Amino acid sequence: MKKQYDVLIIGAGVVGNAIARELSRYKINAAVVEKDLDVSTGTSSRNSGVIHSGIHYKPGTLRARLNVRGNALMTDLCRDLKVKIQYIGKLTVAQDDIDVETLHSLKQQGEANGVPGLEILDKDQMQKIQPGVGGIRALHSPTTGIICPYGLTIALAENAQANGVDFYLGNEVNNIVSNGQGFTVKTSAGESLSASVVVNAAGLYSDHIARMVGISDYSIYPCRGEYLILDKRLEGSLNVLVYPAPRKGGAGLGIHLTNTVDGNILIGPSNEYVNEADDYACTAQIIDTLKKEGHELLPGLSTSDFIRNFSGLRPKQTPPEIKGFKDFVIESRDDVPGFINLVGIESPGLTCSPAIGLMVRDMVAEKIPLEEKPSFISERPGIVGFFNELRPEEQADLVAKDPDYGEIVCRCEQVTKKEVLDAIQNPLGAKTIGAIKYRSRAMMGRCQGGFCLPRIVQILQKDFGYRPEDYLLSNAGSQLFTGRVR
Amino acid sequence: MNTIKHDVVVIGGGPAGLAAAISARKNGCKDVLLIERDKRLGGILNQCIHDGFGLHTFKEALTGPEYAQRFIDEFSELGIESMLNTIVLSADGKRNLYASSRKNLTRIEAGSVILSMGCRERTAGAISLPGTRPAGIYTAGAAQNFINLQNIMVGKKVVILGSGDIGLIMARRMTLEGAKVEGVFEILPYPSGLARNIQQCLNDYDIPLSLSTSVIEIHGKERVTGVTVAQIDANYRPVSGTERLVPCDSILLSVGLIPENELTRGAGINMEGRTSGAAVDDTFMTSVPGIFSCGNVLHVHDLVDHVSSEASQVGEYAVRYLEGEIKSPDAYIKIEPRQGVRYVLPQKISGIRDFTLSLRVTEPMRDRAVWVRDGERKVARKKMARLHPAEMIRIKIKKEKLNDAKVLEVAVE
Repeated sequence: MKKQYDVLIIGAGVVGNAIARELSRYKINAAVVEKDLDVSTGTSSRNSGVIHSGIHYKPGTLRARLNVRGNALMTDLCRDLKVKIQYIGKLTVAQDDIDVETLHSLKQQGEANGVPGLEILDKDQMQKIQPGVGGIRALHSPTTGIICPYGLTIALAENAQANGVDFYLGNEVNNIVSNGQGFTVKTSAGESLSASVVVNAAGLYSDHIARMVGISDYSIYPCRGEYLILDKRLEGSLNVLVYPAPRKGGAGLGIHLTNTVDGNILIGPSNEYVNEADDYACTAQIIDTLKKEGHELLPGLSTSDFIRNFSGLRPKQTPPEIKGFKDFVIESRDDVPGFINLVGIESPGLTCSPAIGLMVRDMVAEKIPLEEKPSFISERPGIVGFFNELRPEEQADLVAKDPDYGEIVCRCEQVTKKEVLDAIQNPLGAKTIGAIKYRSRAMMGRCQGGFCLPRIVQILQKDFGYRPEDYLLSNAGSQLFTGRVR
Repeated sequence: MNTIKHDVVVIGGGPAGLAAAISARKNGCKDVLLIERDKRLGGILNQCIHDGFGLHTFKEALTGPEYAQRFIDEFSELGIESMLNTIVLSADGKRNLYASSRKNLTRIEAGSVILSMGCRERTAGAISLPGTRPAGIYTAGAAQNFINLQNIMVGKKVVILGSGDIGLIMARRMTLEGAKVEGVFEILPYPSGLARNIQQCLNDYDIPLSLSTSVIEIHGKERVTGVTVAQIDANYRPVSGTERLVPCDSILLSVGLIPENELTRGAGINMEGRTSGAAVDDTFMTSVPGIFSCGNVLHVHDLVDHVSSEASQVGEYAVRYLEGEIKSPDAYIKIEPRQGVRYVLPQKISGIRDFTLSLRVTEPMRDRAVWVRDGERKVARKKMARLHPAEMIRIKIKKEKLNDAKVLEVAVE
């Protein structure tokens, strides 16, 4: 790879990759530097996967503007990148008169932000949309959607790479030296990369990266949200997203059920500040709370329907004693010329990401002339979704074309060998089992890899020459095995 | 699309499927097809290289592969057709199946179907273990696959959570491979596995078993570095002050088996919550006529010998169904578990034939009797010195004993 770039983006989350993909339209050299061994390992893969409508943010704020614009951009983007998205709509539900007032002000706020189609529904209208839903009134936002958040992040990265962006995975930025004309960025893997523009899209570590160039105005306070994933058996229990009306003092949007595009339902997230930016532990207390809430919200739930728990971290700018929200920081710094700084991109960052891509492009254009390149390909090859979502006739056609489609590796999600091979040989290269999981959905079903992990290990050994010590779950040090039997 | 027809289609080529297919053939059906997703027959027995299989069936202690081979040999000698490397993607209530292999996607129209897909292991996610999610957490069966079939070691310093039989077997296996097993921790006040495995796999190797104790937190960012264990009270809550850290690099889970009933549910078959398997009658027929279920997909068995004998009966019934001899009766006699009984099987019977009742008790007990009653009337009674949830109890019942019972109640007294 070139080592000398016009633009270097730090962080391969959805924001970094959306910027990279946007910049890949132009005749410039760009690269993404990421500390982990894959893209989308932090906040971008650990969230509800909701495309928000934009009702929750004060008119005029960056969050409000980018949310509404990002939401509108998402349709075409997902079509081009073959990412599943469903605009299923959301009911924000009022339980009492105070809540109803909140709904009215949310509606007003949403309309001021330019959110289309908002309506306050009465009980009957609510029941038509979601039979059995509680509450006395609801605000319906039809442009709220669901998406696979890591699917989008991976797709953005792959498309950016196909259009010439270099990716340095497993490269934690150790220091950044500014020489007035540009920057030299040194990484943990020994890379020394130079660039005229550096974009800080480091999410939970954005304060840390900013400090490397002398910007000490910001602090990130990781705020953990725990989730439970429910078995696909419950698919279809929810037609729309149902959220409680926000109440004073809440830092998130409340514990709720969220459908995913893949058919699982999520319960969560909780809301709890932690000290470390990689503290993804789940706690007994919150697991219990989520289970209790789950049983209340979904009466048909059985204990065997919980298939996994996970947590994500919100990169909040507000410390625990203040809580609440602060607007996104997206700035081109005059004191550090060429440094574009993004701090505190928490919810609705996923929704905003395409709009952030455009905003940062404009900031880059002020530094470097951007000329469109005719070779840009906006579409990503492949099919939308997975083998198991196709009709038998379509499946038969695929198997006839490629026998690897006929071999099921993961029984729960019915993931084919072809899909596993595609994940292993993805354009960015799979260095971890996690990379295969997030691309193919193998190991994501109710047996959590009990059946398919041994098969995937075998494929990697036979077809790719893996030795026992080569298998990593996620990061350096996450070896699956300790060696051979004696 | 390629469409084929067969009289009896058996899904799954483990011990249940093999015995069912053999029995169907021996009972006169010439058109039996067995579908197996793996490249060889035998199912999970292929990774069970320890001995102890076949004590009832063959009166000798065989290894898993040896036990399977006896059935595979007979299966081959009888010339029964099989499709290997083929997975059934779905089944419907009219006995149509879709099966996928590298060759093609095939639609199969079956006269009768025997479901014998076995079971899978309960996971860390299913028991919602608090803590981090590092590498080094395996179900005991997955670890068994890596060690016995792929010669790969999963850890050197091991904690085993749950005292199911596979966990006990793996405690010994890991020890034999040079790993240190720090202990087996069981949340219940009694072990879940068979007494003989406690002796032969733990006691003989000085591996400590801690009852009423569980892992309450997993530690380690990238790879497991340890677990916190604590005593558990009667309400399954950790007893404060009893927490201790056990350093380890891996955790094997042996916390229960779950019948693998995706196809069953997909076919719209009525399920039984207590067994997590299909609800069946005395011919092991499910709520969908012509679809039968046997082995661990129906209810988790203690011994493979019992799986084989159950499946043999089912093979016969599947053939009788084709001959029009098995029909749903106008009214069933229900069988219900009462005091001390976790589940009974079958859940309902026609009353026109002898049958074997299978059941498990709720907790360990001594010197009791299992009673089968029709109201006040005794239908059967089995006295036992030792009753344990790990062991299946089987009671043969003659049809003459049923009279005109409407409900049979099964209780430990």
